[in-house]
Parts: sequence; C-alpha cells; structure tokens
Amino acid sequence: MSDSVFGRSQVERESALLTELTELTEHHRAHSVQYDRILASLGIEKGRRFDRLADLPWLPVRMFKTHDLKSIPDDEVFKVLTSSGTTGAGASRIYLDKEAAAVQPRMLGATLREVLGGKRLPMLMIDTISIIKNRRSFSARGAGVLGMANFGRAHVYALDENDQPDVEAVKGFLEKHGGEPFLIFGFTFMVWQYLYEVAKEHKLDLSNGILIHSGGWKKLIDIAVDNSEFRRRFAEDTGLTQIHNYYGMIEQIGTVFLEGPSGNSLYCPEFAEVIIRNPDTWEEQPVGEPGVIEVISTLPRSYPGHVLLTEDLGVVHGIDDGDWPGKRFSVLGRLPRAEARGCSDTFSGAVA
Amino acid sequence: MNDRLRAVFVDALQLDDDVDVESLKYRDIEAWDSVGHMALIAAIEDEFDVQFETEQVIDMSSFKVAVDMLKGLGVSE
Repeated sequence: MSDSVFGRSQVERESALLTELTELTEHHRAHSVQYDRILASLGIEKGRRFDRLADLPWLPVRMFKTHDLKSIPDDEVFKVLTSSGTTGAGASRIYLDKEAAAVQPRMLGATLREVLGGKRLPMLMIDTISIIKNRRSFSARGAGVLGMANFGRAHVYALDENDQPDVEAVKGFLEKHGGEPFLIFGFTFMVWQYLYEVAKEHKLDLSNGILIHSGGWKKLIDIAVDNSEFRRRFAEDTGLTQIHNYYGMIEQIGTVFLEGPSGNSLYCPEFAEVIIRNPDTWEEQPVGEPGVIEVISTLPRSYPGHVLLTEDLGVVHGIDDGDWPGKRFSVLGRLPRAEARGCSDTFSGAVA
Repeated sequence: MNDRLRAVFVDALQLDDDVDVESLKYRDIEAWDSVGHMALIAAIEDEFDVQFETEQVIDMSSFKVAVDMLKGLGVSE
C-alpha cells in the first residue's frame, strides 16, 4: 500500500476501472434484488459489457435516502451509516459489513498519504471535543472528525466544550508543534471562522501546517470567500500554503477526491473516477463544460453505491495536465432542488 | 510485554476484569470503538515509548496484532 494512488494516467486507470466496475455491477445484481430490478427496468440485461466508464448505469444518490439498498445478508450488517438529511427525503442509510468497514479507512489513508506521508503528525482539530463525546450518536461531523483522527497524534481541539474558540489551546499547540510539520483538519466554514479569523487576529504562524478541509462553500460564498480567496488569505495572513480541500460523501465512504498542491483542482484516486453529465441529455460533458457530477468508486461492495449520480454541479478542467495524472475538476455547488428530485423520480418507480 | 499491554488495554478501554483481553478484536465490544481506539493508541504509545505510523493505527485490529507491532518496533518485554 505504499504505492501512490495518484500514479496512473487517464487511459491506464479507465481500462483498469472498467473491468473492476463491470464485475462490481454484476456482484451487486447478484446480491441485491432491488438493484437488479432497477437495472432490469432500465433494459440492462445481466452480463452486459460496457465499452466506457460513462456507459455504466448509475443510481441517483438520493435513492439511499428512500430505499434500503444493500448487497449483503441482514446478519452480515456490521454498521449502518446515516447521513444528515438536509432535504425532506431524510437520511441516507449505508450498510457496511466487516470487510467494508475495514477497507474504507485503509483507502482513505492511501489517498491522504500522498500529501501527509506515512507518519502521524501532531494534529489540530478545528472542532470541539464534545462532538465525539456522545459515542452512541455521532453527527456526520463527529464521524468525519473521528475518521480523520487516525492520521494524527497528540490531538488538540481548537474549540472548547461550549463551542467557543480556545485561543490558548491553539497557541499552546503551536508553541509545542508549530516548528515542525503538523496537520490541521476541519470543516471548511469552521476552519475559516475559528482558525483563519483567530490566527489573523492573534498573528499565529501556521506556515508548517498541512490543512485538510471539506464540507462545502455555501456559508463562505455568502461572505465572498471562494477557494482561491481562501487559499490566498491563509497564505498572506498566516503563512499556511499547504491546503487540500476534498470532496466526498457518506454514500461512497472511504473515497475522497483531493485537491492537488497547486490548488483549485480536485483529483481522483486510482480506485475512483468522476464524470460530468449534461443535465438535459445525460451525455458526458466535454472538458470545461459544467454539469452534474457522477462519482465512481470500486470501494462500495456491501451496497450498490459504486456508480452514483450526485446532486452537485461540477466541471472538469483538464485531463493528465495537472499536479497528478487523471482528471482534475471543481465542484461548483448544489443542483437546484427541483432538478435533483427530477433525476431520481425516473428511478424510484422501478423499485417501488 | 503481554502483561503490560494487557494493563494498557484494560485501563485505556476501561474494561471489566473478566474480559478476555488477549482475544479481543477491534469493534467487537462497545468500549473498543473508534473513540476507544484513539485512546488506546495514545496509551500504548505512552507506555512503550513508541510511535505508530498511520497504517499501523488503521491495521491494529486485535490484541495479538498490537503485540506483533510492538515486537516489530523493537519492544521486547
């Protein structure tokens, strides 16, 4: 596993992925009656070969909110992940068996290794420790924080138990570890509010930090901070330049698309891929044309989440022409609600 | 080493005396969930003065695996 998961060119990864994803599609058909029914209703016969990744049948991500989709028997369900439902459709339910639960942190590790190396760095969490205090009911945020904790050591939380910035804790962390590489993790808007603002005010030096962050830009766009501005101001005011945003979702747990060192492009690890689709024709969009993001990953084996149409808009900026090989893309925001619902109505009928 | 490691497990995961520590596996019991795992790793590192790599933290799935990893890091007793 010490090999990079960002090594293969687009052509190499597509041919490897096509074989694996075709097999995975058959696997899910054989183990999930509902999934098989959906594919049958789309006129896709068993054993179908696909010429391109873009030809693989996808499920709208919303279906995991409305249906119990799993490819394992009930007695092998080891863990059920639920997402926070932001819309009326409720929360996604993602079923993992023991193997799936073990694979996902491993592949997340292989991905982040590209920017963190194998050593666990001292870690500053831009969150409150109380987020993980109630062990029985983690929020999605708590699960994210915990999942990342493996990658660091000597964890310090930047917010106290009452969700107030704990400037002394951050200062203490930097005094102890600020002279060597250290890891910072948090959700994008919290990183801005509780790290950037605090660091600027107290003139903290974050130049040895490596920031990993995720969670959407909505709250920041409202105050006119986009990804470029975020990077620029962190560099200017705190010295922090190693910044990696990532895009991922609970429905493909363990798979993250990671921003490269030069910024403003997300890259696919070799076991995953992204396809941008025209929302009218569903054809694959050419480079530079925005559309709906489809995410593909070899990780989902216990539930049919290997090819998912998201409710996010994105654009591919280029192929094999950036920091790492493969496609590089950006997420542009959420799809307007009505359109998103429209996409999945087509499918819901098939399994009702 | 086994005795010291057993004591670290019992202490970090707050186990009852009757738990068969040596056959424990990650996520088999409620106390050894991902929160417990973090506390356990930190406690083992303190006790044996070692530092695990990310992969080892992810792979430490049982008492036996922990013993092997410590041996690999040169801990002999």
